[in-house]
Amino acid sequence: MKPAPFAYKKVRTLKEAVALLAKHKDNARLLAGGQSLIATLNMRLSAPALLIDINGIRGLDGITKKGKFVEVGALARHAQVERSDVIARYAPLIALAMPHIGHPAIRNRGSFGGSIAFADPAAELPACLLALGGEVDIASAKGKRKVKADAFFKGLFETALRPHELVTAIRIPVADKNTRVGFAELARRHGDYAMVGLAASARANGKGLTDVRLAYFGVGDTPIRVKTAEAALADGNIDAAVSALDLEPHDDVQATAKLKKHLAGVLLRRVAAQLLETRP
Amino acid sequence: MNDRTLDISLTVNGARVQDRVEARKTLVDFLREDLALTGSHVGCEHGVCGACTVRVNGEIVRGCLMLAVQCDGAAVETIEGLSDSGEVSDLQAAFEQRNALQCGYCTPGMITAAQDLLRRSKKVPSRDEIREHLSGNYCRCTGYHAIVDAVEAVAQARAGARK
Ligand SMILES: Cc1cc2nc3c(=O)[nH]c(=O)nc-3n(C[C@H](O)[C@H](O)[C@H](O)COP(=O)(O)OP(=O)(O)OC[C@H]3O[C@@H](n4cnc5c(N)ncnc54)[C@H](O)[C@@H]3O)c2cc1C
Ligand code: FES
Ligand code: FES
Repeated sequence: MKPAPFAYKKVRTLKEAVALLAKHKDNARLLAGGQSLIATLNMRLSAPALLIDINGIRGLDGITKKGKFVEVGALARHAQVERSDVIARYAPLIALAMPHIGHPAIRNRGSFGGSIAFADPAAELPACLLALGGEVDIASAKGKRKVKADAFFKGLFETALRPHELVTAIRIPVADKNTRVGFAELARRHGDYAMVGLAASARANGKGLTDVRLAYFGVGDTPIRVKTAEAALADGNIDAAVSALDLEPHDDVQATAKLKKHLAGVLLRRVAAQLLETRP
Repeated sequence: MNDRTLDISLTVNGARVQDRVEARKTLVDFLREDLALTGSHVGCEHGVCGACTVRVNGEIVRGCLMLAVQCDGAAVETIEGLSDSGEVSDLQAAFEQRNALQCGYCTPGMITAAQDLLRRSKKVPSRDEIREHLSGNYCRCTGYHAIVDAVEAVAQARAGARK
């Protein structure tokens, strides 16, 4: 199918973008990488009156370490994040997740901010952000605010973002020598959205772990933390963690709920092994 | 002209193009319908099949997930351009020799994606790397094996020629 007609405006500054959003609200949509939005337009799942193309805004695609955070600009492309030394060094969980996102041509356009704002329940980056306890920087004509990952993902494709707001950057706590991360997913074809996936972070504490954060994706309306399993894993009990998984996935085109529940346990064992692996 | 129809200026396969397009027109439809470059194919129109793969400013993209208006000022290359310049002639020959195409629907996208891998790789990519790079391109005929064979053969031949 082809998109319904819409108006198109390419903006050059953040100010211009938020002013247009304030004016048009629900009738406008921001266009970042377009790798989710244009697909929904083509299928007429969405028909905004105006597309605000933010690709011409300079300085929205930086990847830098700023004190205790790695700051990833909303327009940083997946391919750029995948190749980034700053990410490899200070945000290793993101580096592990990157190759699983889509295919090369998708990664050349798709953006970090777009992925977080879109909040597909089967997407990798929202789960990584939740596992890392990161935060989202938001701008609007009224000013700026920050929302922590735990409060950002609200429901199916629903976030704390309001229609007049724009994500400017995502901030991730810098990994240090005691940071442990783990990542695993199962997809039908490499690069497709996962049937089930798990992103995790923890802190090494002697031979054990503390601050375990396990964020599943593909098993609910949002990325989901499993706090009882987190506690069991912090106690060093992997079997107990697996039996404590209280996920309630639904059947979807990819897999049945029963299969998803089983795979969630399989992934937890894999990720637990990664978290407990001692590093030099 | 209004915000629903815009003037754009770009290069396509090296030639300057100026046109007036509807904002809602995708790049691949613009190439096929307005410029009669029908080598880029349209399969799924939502990014899944890869039949519409083209290069924009040197990087491969989905022609169905970019708007023509977004290519104002860009350099677009299609299979026609890659073919005419001879850049992919060895890949084309290898696809033919190894039966890496049957109906040919996926082939322009497949060759464009394969060439993207080969020109970026410093060494001969493994079969797994080839499969991974082509993972976003569906082929409903060949079963992929012959495609991987063809790409691998060209990678090796090019590496041999460089020595
Ligand atoms: C075949 C295919 C496979 C894919 N596989 C995966 C996968 O395995 N994992 C995965 O995570 N993703 C996958 N994707 C999606 C891809 O990662 C998208 O790029 C991403 O979800 C959206 O980012 P975008 O920049 O393309 O956003 P767009 O498509 O431009 O926008 C998506 C939505 O977010 C809004 N938005 C965009 N940027 C901002 C911003 N800065 N502030 C506020 N709102 C904003 C838009 O208005 C729109 O509503 C796949 C896509 C395709 C086509
Ligand atoms: S037509 Fe573009 S990916 Fe299928
Ligand atoms: S040759 Fe027919 S789809 Fe690939």
